[in-house]
Amino acid sequence: MEADTLTYIQVQEDDFSLAAEYQALIEDNSRDGAVVTFCGLVRDMNLDKSVTSLFLEHYPGMTEKSLLSIINLARNKWPLGRIRVVHRVGRLQVSEQIVFVGVTSQHRQAAFQGAEFIMDFLKTQAPFWKKETSNDGQYWVDAKQSDNQKAKLWGI
Amino acid sequence: MVTILFFGQLKERLETSRLPLELVNGSEGLDSVAKLRDFLLAKGDVWKENLAYGSALVAVNQQMATEDTPIKDSDEIAFFPPVTGG
Repeated sequence: MEADTLTYIQVQEDDFSLAAEYQALIEDNSRDGAVVTFCGLVRDMNLDKSVTSLFLEHYPGMTEKSLLSIINLARNKWPLGRIRVVHRVGRLQVSEQIVFVGVTSQHRQAAFQGAEFIMDFLKTQAPFWKKETSNDGQYWVDAKQSDNQKAKLWGI
Repeated sequence: MVTILFFGQLKERLETSRLPLELVNGSEGLDSVAKLRDFLLAKGDVWKENLAYGSALVAVNQQMATEDTPIKDSDEIAFFPPVTGG
C-alpha cells in the first residue's frame, strides 16, 4: 500500500531485506539526518514454552488501514520524514524476521520516538493474531496487558 | 445483507470465517453492534462463550467499533480477539 510518497505499508508472506528497507529510507533524502529502524524476530521461548514456529493471521484491508492510521497519529506528534512498515504473515520459523519499522526525521529524537510509538500501537491496535507451535502443541497467543500499558503511556 | 467475519481463535472455535446474514429491515432490527451481538449470542453455547462483550472486539467496515455503532445493509462486520502482532 503506497499511502503517499513518504509512507510505505506492506503486509506480505515473503521475507524482507533490512538493507533494501534502509536504502529506501535514505535514498535521495538529504533533508533527514536521522534514521531509526526496528526489526522484530521470532523468539524461541514464550511464557516458558519452547516455540518452534508461529503462524500469523491478519485482516486484509483493515490491517493496512490500521497501520496507516497509526502512522498518521505519529506524524501528528512528531515531524517525521519517511516511514516504512513491513509486517509478515503466514508460517514463520524461529529467528525469522516478523516486522520492520523504519522512520526518518531531521533529528534523532523524533525518529526514535516515532518508531517506538508505531511499534507500541502496532502491537495493540493492528489486527494481527499469532498462533504458536511449541513443544506443548499449538495455541493462540493471548494479548499482553504490559503491551496495552506501554501504549497507554503515550497518552492517546 | 451484511457480511460477518471472524478471525484468529474466534474463527476456529466458531468453525466459520464468514457468515452472510440477511438483514430484514425493521423485522429483526439488527441496527447496531449490540443488537447484532445479542442475535449471534443466541445461536448457541459456543457463540455465547466466545462472542460475549469484553472478549471479542468488533469492527464495522474495517474501523474499530463500539456497541453503539450503527449497522446498515451491505456493511462488513468483523469480530476478533485482542490483537497480538509485532
